Amino acid sequence: MPTRRQFIKAGLLGGAALAAAGLFWSRGLKEAPGGAVPPGLTLSQRSIVAALAPAILAGALPASGEARSLAIARTVDGVGVAIAGLSAAAQKELGELFALLGFAPARVLLARLWPDWEAATPAQVAAFLQGWRFSRFALLRSAYAGLHDLVLGAWYGNPDAWEAIGYPGPPEMP
Amino acid sequence: MTIRDPILEGIGAGWQVIDASKLEADRELEADVAIVGSGAGGGIAAEILTKAGLKVVVVEEGPLKSSTDFRMRESDAYPQLYQESAARKTKDKAINVLQGRCVGGSTTVNWTSSFRTPPTTLAHWQREYGLKELSVEALAPWFDAVERRLNIRYWDVSPNENNALLRQAGWTLGVPVAPMRRNVKGCWNLGYCGMGCPTNAKQSMLVTTLPAALAGGATLVHHLRAERLALRGGRAEALEGTAMQAAGIQPLPYRLRIRARHFVLAAGAIGTPALLLRSHAPDPQRLLGRRTFLHPTTVAAALMGHAVKGYAGAPQAIYSDHFLDSVPVGGPIGYKLEVPPIHPVLFATTLHGYGEMHRNLMAEFANTHAMLALLRDGFHPDSPGGSVQLRDDGTPLLDYPITDFVWDGVRRSWLTMAELQFAAGARRVYIVHEQCGGYASLAAAKAGIAQLPLQPQLARVVSAHVMGGCGMAADEKQGVADVWGRYRQLGNVTVCDGSLFPTSIGANPQQSVYGLAARNASRLAEELTARPAPALA
Repeated sequence: MPTRRQFIKAGLLGGAALAAAGLFWSRGLKEAPGGAVPPGLTLSQRSIVAALAPAILAGALPASGEARSLAIARTVDGVGVAIAGLSAAAQKELGELFALLGFAPARVLLARLWPDWEAATPAQVAAFLQGWRFSRFALLRSAYAGLHDLVLGAWYGNPDAWEAIGYPGPPEMP
Repeated sequence: MTIRDPILEGIGAGWQVIDASKLEADRELEADVAIVGSGAGGGIAAEILTKAGLKVVVVEEGPLKSSTDFRMRESDAYPQLYQESAARKTKDKAINVLQGRCVGGSTTVNWTSSFRTPPTTLAHWQREYGLKELSVEALAPWFDAVERRLNIRYWDVSPNENNALLRQAGWTLGVPVAPMRRNVKGCWNLGYCGMGCPTNAKQSMLVTTLPAALAGGATLVHHLRAERLALRGGRAEALEGTAMQAAGIQPLPYRLRIRARHFVLAAGAIGTPALLLRSHAPDPQRLLGRRTFLHPTTVAAALMGHAVKGYAGAPQAIYSDHFLDSVPVGGPIGYKLEVPPIHPVLFATTLHGYGEMHRNLMAEFANTHAMLALLRDGFHPDSPGGSVQLRDDGTPLLDYPITDFVWDGVRRSWLTMAELQFAAGARRVYIVHEQCGGYASLAAAKAGIAQLPLQPQLARVVSAHVMGGCGMAADEKQGVADVWGRYRQLGNVTVCDGSLFPTSIGANPQQSVYGLAARNASRLAEELTARPAPALA
């Protein structure tokens, strides 16, 4: 069992890392033309989602080859579209989450993921997801839930995923 | 055969519709009554007040979409028609809230389930909140009227298999089940009510009261966020709105101001308290935004081994009130049982886990039955619900800590649903909880459910119903609004939506909103015109 002291330390670290990552994020925002949140994902965000997808969609993605890369890329696009449709407040929170995940010290300390996202294996990413899913910190559990919903929503919102689950799609209208 | 689109036809016929996302300068309108929100409360009020001869402007934050746009695809529907892309969360993110944000509000996307306010709920309001006037008998004429207007009647088509399984389970265990009433006319039984009705069969505000009001000369402004009421001397002088970009996320630098004699608030139980909070409306008892209620809802999925096709057919047709009726209303929390539609995105995101486990469950998508338990919050001192707060940017946030009182009902509801699902022939039951790997028998479910930790995020809790926050009561110490929905501290502001409810309803709330809105708007029409109010139907 973690001691109270460890708990507080982890909490402070989480807060500090979030603040540091948030700084990067707001700097990114200021660089965007007109101060608006740019549509779509940044390269860093894309590489994080592209690493998450094979773990979250294990068994659902095509096993290999170009079909797999295409399916991952389409899922990443779908996540970008989904985020763009969220409230400004939710977009800001997710921006902070991705900034945190993209910030190497936070990735190692909070996500317990040593390799960077592009090098991480699906098993390593799954271990990260599992850690946050059952974290004692509600904040990390809710971050897991957010990533879960974004990736699975993007995947199953795409008609390409429907045949495998026996969903015929909406009826044809006259 | 081409399906007629009454909205496109109306616009062609010259309805007064302003798309605020196309504004290129500030603008000002004048009206007798400005109505904030075009959902169940705003729609009913718009028709009644327009028919009374008043000049009405209806304001809606969301877009104007109609049957031509309704393509039955979740990837279109959720971003276009729902608050926060159907991903609105409570403050600790433990509860996902499904709520409409489009012309017609939640009535455009709800599942058509129609219930009069339960007598036990009204009796509780009479007893605890002094709302003596809200008796079953006194409200009956209003419910009769909205039933005629919206074609609310028993759905006599065979329920889809997902609903039939709830009925079968009830019959097997001796748990009373009943058919629902629905607000549909000529329903095709497609099953896509939650994505906007593509055939205009659903008698939502979008195809009933709003067209009637617009045909009668009302003005609709969509893509306009109601920012605040300008207050002076205990009255509201104007509604100040911010134009939204077409995508509906970011504001435009243009304002639309509506000066009116009277203001009707129908922005829903999160939106209405938030508007009053942003307006710094007087609230001497500190009640505004408090006691906002959901029906915290738990989910159980059952693998049936045969085709269920929960995506096809009327989403909700059967329910059970046994676990409400068999417990005292002020005792441990009771729950209503229903089933949800099962569509790929809604189901995949609600379902817990990821990777192979998730994928194996999704492989059974078409053979899965799902059940919901809607917990009746707000009837006990230990169930105060949540509170609406404002973020720094002024948008609302619902703080809804799940209390031990509610958690107790969560666990009982899981057991109930598992027992019913096994009685209906389930091969395996999954409580939607991160630690549930599925149960192959009722005995295993009982043992497993007893061990599931009751923690936010681990247990999946959702809600499609938001109520309260501008509660009505006889005594100003208990409610910011009186029994006619009049905001006590502002002389010309009437609340006309579910935010008036002093507790949750204990049933799908649309008809409660319709009935109360018809009653309150009719009274308002009489006050403003000094003539009898027009009949709704």
